[in-house]
Amino acid sequence: MADTDIFDPIPETYEPQAGTSRRMVLNMGPQHPSTHGVLRVLIELDSETIVKAVPDIGYLHTGIEKECEAKTWQQVVPLTDRVDYLANLSNNLCYCLAVEKLLGLEIPPRAQFMRVLLTEITRINSHLVWLGTSAIDLGAMSVFFYCFREREEILRLFEFFSGQRMMTSYFRIGGLALDAPRGWQKWVQKFLDVMPGRIEMFEGLLNENPIFKRRTQGVGFVSLENLLDCGVTGPMLRAAGLKIDARKDEPYSSYEKFDFDVPTRQENDVYARYLVRMEEMKQSLRIIRQAFEGMPEGPYTADAPKVVLPDREKMKTQMEALIYHFKIVTEGFRVPAGEVYQVIESPRGELGYYVVSDGTSKPYRVFMRTPSFGNLQALSDMFIGFPIADSIASLGSMDFVLGDTDR
Amino acid sequence: MISEALQQHPAVTSVSTRIPGAIVGASDDLGEMTLQIAPARIVETCRVLKHHAKYIRLSGVTCVDRLPREPRFDVVYLLHSVELNQRLRLKCAVGGETPEIHTVTGVWRGANWYEREVYDLFGVRFIYHPHLTRILMPEYWQGHPLRKDYPIHGFKYSYTEET
Repeated sequence: MADTDIFDPIPETYEPQAGTSRRMVLNMGPQHPSTHGVLRVLIELDSETIVKAVPDIGYLHTGIEKECEAKTWQQVVPLTDRVDYLANLSNNLCYCLAVEKLLGLEIPPRAQFMRVLLTEITRINSHLVWLGTSAIDLGAMSVFFYCFREREEILRLFEFFSGQRMMTSYFRIGGLALDAPRGWQKWVQKFLDVMPGRIEMFEGLLNENPIFKRRTQGVGFVSLENLLDCGVTGPMLRAAGLKIDARKDEPYSSYEKFDFDVPTRQENDVYARYLVRMEEMKQSLRIIRQAFEGMPEGPYTADAPKVVLPDREKMKTQMEALIYHFKIVTEGFRVPAGEVYQVIESPRGELGYYVVSDGTSKPYRVFMRTPSFGNLQALSDMFIGFPIADSIASLGSMDFVLGDTDR
Repeated sequence: MISEALQQHPAVTSVSTRIPGAIVGASDDLGEMTLQIAPARIVETCRVLKHHAKYIRLSGVTCVDRLPREPRFDVVYLLHSVELNQRLRLKCAVGGETPEIHTVTGVWRGANWYEREVYDLFGVRFIYHPHLTRILMPEYWQGHPLRKDYPIHGFKYSYTEET
């Protein structure tokens, strides 16, 4: 497929040559249920086989990068929630790490462990939504209900921690917004007790399911070279046999202290991507267990009075804390001039924040290298040559979020 | 211009031996390496880095608008070597009335959408790009929103007047 120019647009008016072919152009989306958002794909068909597919994105563009430039450094954190609305904490974490690198802040171990614990729960949360929606596209109705039941529990856990179900903004520059609430151990312990059995149940429903296997095995194949060329990252690369994971390669937030495996497969089809993500959920549980058992005591924010808001009690009793509080709330803090590209492994792949500072209290430029944007470029490669019915399975296996793509 | 330590870096040597004059400057702030590349040399440089220095992945292409400065835009290429586990940033300063630079879609196909995004939001044209149209904003949009002289709330218009 590489020699054909897949990015050529299909002309608006399409006239088939009489008697020579049975090609037709089909418009899929923007409100198609299987596109998981507002994605439009123009598909050119030769009877049942896709010969051309052109994705059309931008329906969810909200100008977040422009808005970041008008906010103070701390005010950007709630915006990052809205980028990838299924993995909010991953986005919070990546932005905070980038700014902390510019500031040269040292984050205490308790905050780092808590960040790891919660981003791994986010990964399970995001994979559950992916599993439910991609399974319902292939006809597995019950999996969808089970996944969303578990997800609801996770959202309640987030609400318990941060007060918000989805737009958590729990990580702040310099640590966490609040210390973990009283009794959080009970909630996480319950989650750790219940979840492994539930993942086994999903596997029991799908792993050897003949319908699921027939719909997914050998479908959506793209060679590893093409995937790398298109800028694809994350589970899709790992299902193609490349062992790449930012948590192992470029450890951040004390991931080097955790013991976990990076699952890979060689088959490089929809089924392999499914297996990789299921294994990732189990590995995430391993990480959560280690973070939970080894959770250090201590402060949850860095010792940086000019960046982190002071404790409420201190603010009311100490003059200096009151001054810092006033300065941070009214003007915000200044970040030394410089630029940084921070990468983390989000549930979808490489999430990078390229942050440029000019020394003022507002970011000069924030570029979000979102995994869905890169992954979606491989859509044409994945569609071409397969029947139209397989495109649903391929789309599901990419696991993109349109808010993440369009920003 | 380029410090001694950076001149020994394999990525720098592989570029400077093959394309003399391509690297205009280099820095290593916060442990992240940045190479300033002459805009006319960007495609060759990327090709050399991909095939001879193992930077097989392009993470993204973006742009920074340094408004009062001339040349005004910094086009930024974020490269990644899976084998070496290293990242590299290339920067090209482009400016003028119609800022232009050659496309690197011939080196990495994945540059396609990123360059369209930069064109859409900054108005930097990529010469020989296979399909340079707006990607995030509507096709009829006027102006380039991420430029620094574009107001945050857009250009206001009156609802009562005919536009």
